[in-house]
Amino acid sequence: MVSQILPSTDGPGAHEAGVVYFIDRALATFDADLRENYRAGMAAVQQKRQAMFPDSAGIATLTNQRQIQLIQAIESTDFFELLRTHTLYGFLGNPSYGGNRDRIGWKLIGFEDRMAYQPPFGYYDGGEQ
Amino acid sequence: MSATFRPSDPVDFVVIGAGAAGGVMANELSTAGFRVVVLEQGPYLNEKDYKNDEIGYTYRPGLTNNPKVQPITYRKNESEQARPLKAIEYGRQVGGGSVHFTANYWRFHESDFEERSLFGEVAGAGLADWPIKYADLEPYYTKAEYELGISGLGGANPFEGPRSKPYPLPPMPVKSSGVLFERGAKKLGLHPYPAPMAILSQPYRGRAACVHCGFCEYFGCEMRAKSSTLVTAIPAAEKTGRCEIRPNSYVRKIETDAQGRATGAIYFDAHRREIFQRAKAVVLCANGAETPRLLLLSKSKRFPDGLANSSGLAGKYLMWDNGGLAMGLFEHPLNEYKGIQVTRVIHDYYRADPKRGFYGGAGLDARFNYYPAGFALHGMPPDAPKWGPDYKKLLTAYFTHTMTVLAHTSSLPQLRNSISLDPGVKDSWGLPALRVTFDYHADDVATMQWALTKQIEILEAAGAQKTWTSSIAMRDMMPSVHLMGTCRMGNDPKQSVVDRNNRSHDVPNLMIVDGSSFVTSARQQPTATIQALAYRAADYAIAAAKRGELGRG
Repeated sequence: MVSQILPSTDGPGAHEAGVVYFIDRALATFDADLRENYRAGMAAVQQKRQAMFPDSAGIATLTNQRQIQLIQAIESTDFFELLRTHTLYGFLGNPSYGGNRDRIGWKLIGFEDRMAYQPPFGYYDGGEQ
Repeated sequence: MSATFRPSDPVDFVVIGAGAAGGVMANELSTAGFRVVVLEQGPYLNEKDYKNDEIGYTYRPGLTNNPKVQPITYRKNESEQARPLKAIEYGRQVGGGSVHFTANYWRFHESDFEERSLFGEVAGAGLADWPIKYADLEPYYTKAEYELGISGLGGANPFEGPRSKPYPLPPMPVKSSGVLFERGAKKLGLHPYPAPMAILSQPYRGRAACVHCGFCEYFGCEMRAKSSTLVTAIPAAEKTGRCEIRPNSYVRKIETDAQGRATGAIYFDAHRREIFQRAKAVVLCANGAETPRLLLLSKSKRFPDGLANSSGLAGKYLMWDNGGLAMGLFEHPLNEYKGIQVTRVIHDYYRADPKRGFYGGAGLDARFNYYPAGFALHGMPPDAPKWGPDYKKLLTAYFTHTMTVLAHTSSLPQLRNSISLDPGVKDSWGLPALRVTFDYHADDVATMQWALTKQIEILEAAGAQKTWTSSIAMRDMMPSVHLMGTCRMGNDPKQSVVDRNNRSHDVPNLMIVDGSSFVTSARQQPTATIQALAYRAADYAIAAAKRGELGRG
């Protein structure tokens, strides 16, 4: 599911960033009180999958198109918002939490991750326009 | 050399809260020769503890109150049942909010102190003049700017009141957002000026200049370049040898004697042991939410409705951190994540004008309001997809090309908005939780909506390819980080909690100095005024203590 939120097309996505490792660590540490939200949320998603695609065995083995349909069906739920929040922190947060592996999330969006910068910072304060 | 005092020996002053105001009070009082104990509920951290870690300081409450141990409940009005919700947020550490704030350092205008007279009455609100004028505070704004280290360009804001001195440090280098904002604003005939910031543009009094790492708002400064009280007033206070900073000390009551005078503070230490620190006078600087909560917690036989609350106004007139966000996308990279948040401001829309049909005004600043994950979660246009390949493509394109214009708008004082004690929910020390009751005045909403049109107008004039705005629905404006008005200042003891010198009307040796004293919200950015009030209140307290008025307890 996190790979549908940030797919691996046009550059690395949630999979390459190790977002699931970030989520595992978050749920074992600072977000331990959200484990039940995940259990209940995933159970509800599985139920939805079963209802939408009775011939399927799991989310991971659904075709790409069916995965997208499944997420469209749950995208307004609190659980999806939680998953999206965790996915983005796992993609763009500090790598010390287990995600954003090799800083690939930061590289993708153009965040340089240095401790200090010197002006000009961008195009418009460079005096070249 | 930090002092150490025994709780059973009365010190001259116990200061509750080591933040923007408490740090200043501690330094002024100890420098004047008094013995001071500062009780701070949060830890004593320093620059080595801070990291540029978005998860640690925005997703998790790294430097702020943690609702898991100190729940906050919220309700819109008295008819609702308050439910746990982090409606407000404050700095919880030595240095308080001055450690993690954005560092905007605006003086209030002359008009802010007399808006009731200038504008007239506003239905449903308790708009009032302050008992002091800008001229009373001016020397103390100047003192704060020099003592703490503020960068800016004096006289560049044509709407500001007269100033006795320029800023001690030149403005910070302009960012692309500042250049574009200035371009758009000037096209519209407005008056952009370099943002006054509590961040060092050059070395100052032993501290190094900012290195533009970009992690100011929500973060502690690893370079000690942000002029928090943690790196200015507090170490100076400790150096006097007469000031002890006691972190992890959570005050539950201000104690009083049979004569109704404050005798000290009872607090829980790090091991949750109860300790009574005796003092001849108490200075309460716990912020606009915790200050009234502590007064209400400090009830006794003599003060059944809470301490310093004969007016019934302790906790009332809570004002909020109002103002919406407008975003603009530009052709070339801005790289706004580099450097301090804000470099340009306008005050053209500051003054309330009856011709608009509502009370209110706005100060606008050019900034980037986001770090990488926060931008991905909250910064994208509302019409953009929220996930999937198209979302990723837009996120990749937008992060370096987007800027924000943020409005700081008025919040009317209303009697129905308050901080009170929750009758059902307790914190992990067993004390009643802080309950927030708050809803907008219709003019607050009208002002925010009107300001958003001005914000968009400037972005468009600057050449934005696309613009969008944030929601100003109440739930999206939480937590409020500017906590004002809950122990308002006034000459009439029936209509206010403290007098014009921040002294309690009811308890002669209790000073209350923080955002709670504010009579009006001005246009937000309260820190400069909190600290100017603190320098002024300290002068008064020193003189009063020398006369023996405070020091007999």
